[in-house]
Amino acid sequence: MSINRRQFLRRAGIVTALGLGGSFVITGFRGKKVDAASEYVSSKKGLVAKHWAMVVDMSKFKTEADFKRVIEACDKIHNIPDIGNPKDEIKWIWKEDFEHAFAGGENEYLTEHVKESPFLVMCNHCENPACVKACPTGATFKREDGIVAMDFHRCIGCRFCMGACPFGARSFNYRDPRPFINEVNPDFPTRTIGVVEKCNFCVERLADGLIPACVEKSNGGLIFGDLGDLNSEVRKIISTQFTIRRKTEFGTQPSVYYLVGGGKNV
Amino acid sequence: MYKGGKIIVSLIIFIGIFTIPFFYNMGKANAGPDINLNSPVIQQLADKQCVEPTEFMRANHMQILSQWREEVVRNGQSVYVNSQGKSFEISLQNTCLKCHTTEAEKAAKTGGTSNSAVNASPQFCASCHVYTAVNPNCWDCHFEPKGAMK
Repeated sequence: MSINRRQFLRRAGIVTALGLGGSFVITGFRGKKVDAASEYVSSKKGLVAKHWAMVVDMSKFKTEADFKRVIEACDKIHNIPDIGNPKDEIKWIWKEDFEHAFAGGENEYLTEHVKESPFLVMCNHCENPACVKACPTGATFKREDGIVAMDFHRCIGCRFCMGACPFGARSFNYRDPRPFINEVNPDFPTRTIGVVEKCNFCVERLADGLIPACVEKSNGGLIFGDLGDLNSEVRKIISTQFTIRRKTEFGTQPSVYYLVGGGKNV
Repeated sequence: MYKGGKIIVSLIIFIGIFTIPFFYNMGKANAGPDINLNSPVIQQLADKQCVEPTEFMRANHMQILSQWREEVVRNGQSVYVNSQGKSFEISLQNTCLKCHTTEAEKAAKTGGTSNSAVNASPQFCASCHVYTAVNPNCWDCHFEPKGAMK
């Protein structure tokens, strides 16, 4: 007994419909109730801004202790290891000389004061971040408020971002950082071997309504605020005084501005 | 059948050996994981419920954790409002482990490594995860709560 083409197609169609319908019934029956009637909201005490930015007033950083105090504040709350050799070093905020911080932009006859002062440098939280474009997993991303943040859960340690960043603001965990943390802050996670890390403008503190740790410890040397707010201190300084930014020729539009000896220090 | 007897005898022996584990465990009830919910913080709770009902947490805690991570890290939403309208701070270390930690763990020192093979999960997590041989790497970076620190 043979079937003709028409019968074959009809039967095949019925079987397909049954199969598809059946699988739908089964998955529907199992019921996915991952979504409880819940929602996510932002913390009420959190600080918000259109565009977070920082002004580094170099006139306030005179002695070694001024730098040290600020850098240590960051290292301590973010569990930054002190590995002790420059290859494995992890840096979020550190001291750099003018020549390296502002490479390419120097003026031969610049005042000795500017040329020889050390500068406090960190991630610039650029408006056009090169690292974000380079990241293949979306681990580095730019938040609505301008902060270039990292999701360490997604970092695969490819280090493309380190190559892309013109400021050397990123460090790679070549080694397990935990044994090198002198005093752990249990409120903030450590990182693990094989991920890249950098300054996060203290997003975790902003969510709690606190300003970044370095700003808090800087005695006015670091000014943090909303560049999108006309009345904010950072906006006023940037629009009235002469500030420079690092390596603007790359077009990344850094959000960290340097107030270099305007007036009284020259 | 050519050499039929030998084949059948070998088959019976093979099946016998193959099914030894099934016969060996027959009749023994599977104990299941021993979950300890008897932590001091939980005992003090008036309403002994996690961020969502127990049944939901049992089935979906991994999705909740993943959503929490996504919301707090990427979307900056740090408060979770559960299905009953109660709010929780989104934090593995400060919210989950506030309850799910035992006295013994508070006394213990956490080690100086971030290797999940060495750094054990908190007991509450481990009780099921060891049983089911699931090895999440949360504790590579996250800490147990304050009390557990040296």
